Amino acid sequence: MMNQLFKLDKGLEAIGGETSATKPPRCIIEVENLSAWYGHKAVLKNISVGIGVRSITALIGPSGCGKSTFIRCINRLHEVAEGGKVAGKIMKDGQDIYAPDIDPVDIRRSIGMVFQRASVFPTMSIFSNVASGITLTRIWSRRRDLQDVVERSLRKAALWEEVKDKLDQSGASLSGGQQQRLCIARAIAIEPEIILMDEPCSALDPISTLKIEELMLEIKKDYTVVIVTHNMQQAARVSDWTGFMLLGDLIEYAPTREVFTVPKDKRTEDYITGRFG
Amino acid sequence: MNSTGGNLRRRWMNRLMLVICGCAAAIVIGFLVLILGYTIINGVSYFNLDFITQAAKPVGETGGGMREDIFGTFILVGIASIIALPVGLMAGIFLSEVAGDKAASVIRFSADILAGVPSIIVGVFAYALLVRPMHSYSALSAGVALAIIMIPVVARTAEEAMHLVPNSQREAALALGISRWRMILGVIMPGATTGIVTGVMLAIARVAGETAPLIFTALGSAFGVQGLTEPIGALPLQIYRYALSPYSDWQKQAWAAAFLLVILVLGINIVVRLVSYRKK
Repeated sequence: MMNQLFKLDKGLEAIGGETSATKPPRCIIEVENLSAWYGHKAVLKNISVGIGVRSITALIGPSGCGKSTFIRCINRLHEVAEGGKVAGKIMKDGQDIYAPDIDPVDIRRSIGMVFQRASVFPTMSIFSNVASGITLTRIWSRRRDLQDVVERSLRKAALWEEVKDKLDQSGASLSGGQQQRLCIARAIAIEPEIILMDEPCSALDPISTLKIEELMLEIKKDYTVVIVTHNMQQAARVSDWTGFMLLGDLIEYAPTREVFTVPKDKRTEDYITGRFG
Repeated sequence: MNSTGGNLRRRWMNRLMLVICGCAAAIVIGFLVLILGYTIINGVSYFNLDFITQAAKPVGETGGGMREDIFGTFILVGIASIIALPVGLMAGIFLSEVAGDKAASVIRFSADILAGVPSIIVGVFAYALLVRPMHSYSALSAGVALAIIMIPVVARTAEEAMHLVPNSQREAALALGISRWRMILGVIMPGATTGIVTGVMLAIARVAGETAPLIFTALGSAFGVQGLTEPIGALPLQIYRYALSPYSDWQKQAWAAAFLLVILVLGINIVVRLVSYRKK
């Protein structure tokens, strides 16, 4: 009996020994004991995790597990919501972004976000949408100076060819997939270091989804991407590291290949094999 | 037999109620048509270019118009707008974007009460606040009285219009590192423009026809527009004075003034409809 347990232990160590990592080698974000609440309801419980620089980190888990709240804590958007409270530390480049002397507006300038439903500003043109992160933080800006940024951002978001002749049309005139790429271009335009994506493809058709996924693989050369997704194939296709969350806990966090081939936790295995969730 | 009798009664009752409701609805439209029709039919025949371009003439002399009073109404509405638009808009922004639930409900309730204060009381208040200390009826005091009536209307419609902008727009703006006041100016207000313009226009239309507060403040002027600290004439005041006068010439002019006022208010309402319709 003891012997068997010992063997099992050995076996686990062997798997751990191969990868041995509990966080990526170079982290841009280090989360320490992060908890979050909506009113009295705890939605994140004591989460500690590191997010690798210039890589794609995916968060999977059933609805309501806190994965959206988690990324909204990273750009300090959770506290904007009614009753949103946060405790713990999130270190970015060695600086706690929740330190009292930190302005959330500055944090958000270096951490872009793309939402589940494309949140294009309907009163603005395509051009102004992309430039909005710049124009609305300056007193005054000339269109001539913005042209380069807008074109570069739209090219990176793989949208330039489709919209270059109608930059003055309303952003709302685009299709759903185009609007989502417009939002990505808008996030890129402020030149953040990190881009958070909250189920960016859940309202899109497969072809648009594919385009966004290709786009993510492209932009991870320059940016750190954190994506929340319900689609496990998507997590498996694009991400380098995957975290599985359940009821506010981070159950497992490991390189994507490991999570999907040799999950350490029974609950992770149950979830990715479709036994619940 | 009993049941078929009950059925019959129920069907007749149903029909009777529907007819009564229909009549009530007809009364709503009927009064509007009657008032508009009566004013327009009576007023249009006395309405001419002289009425707009000429100043009033002394009793006994024929002709003349209400140029000065039309001008006066525009000045009063202008003063009221200059005060009420910024205050109302900012109060609306505060209600929708800044205040917490408790503060917002207190302010909202106060605004609704203020909007319901009889306009003659507002006039008395402006009299005590400005006319007495300044020892003169004045355009300024009348403008302030009208502004007090406008503010809650503008604040509440602006608040409601901004509430209609979805929260996702706010989050998207904040996530771009845009500060709250730039978000309000650059994203929320443009998204709420139609609603805000509608509210402002309706407030203007309401105030343009107010008479009671002007009695205590503007007074009316036989010498035309003289300055902001002097008494001033206005269309509604002039309607009141001329309609009660014994001179048929003045009574005709009162009709013409009523016609002009109705057309102005009606015009504003139609423009508002067109603006909000086109947006949809």
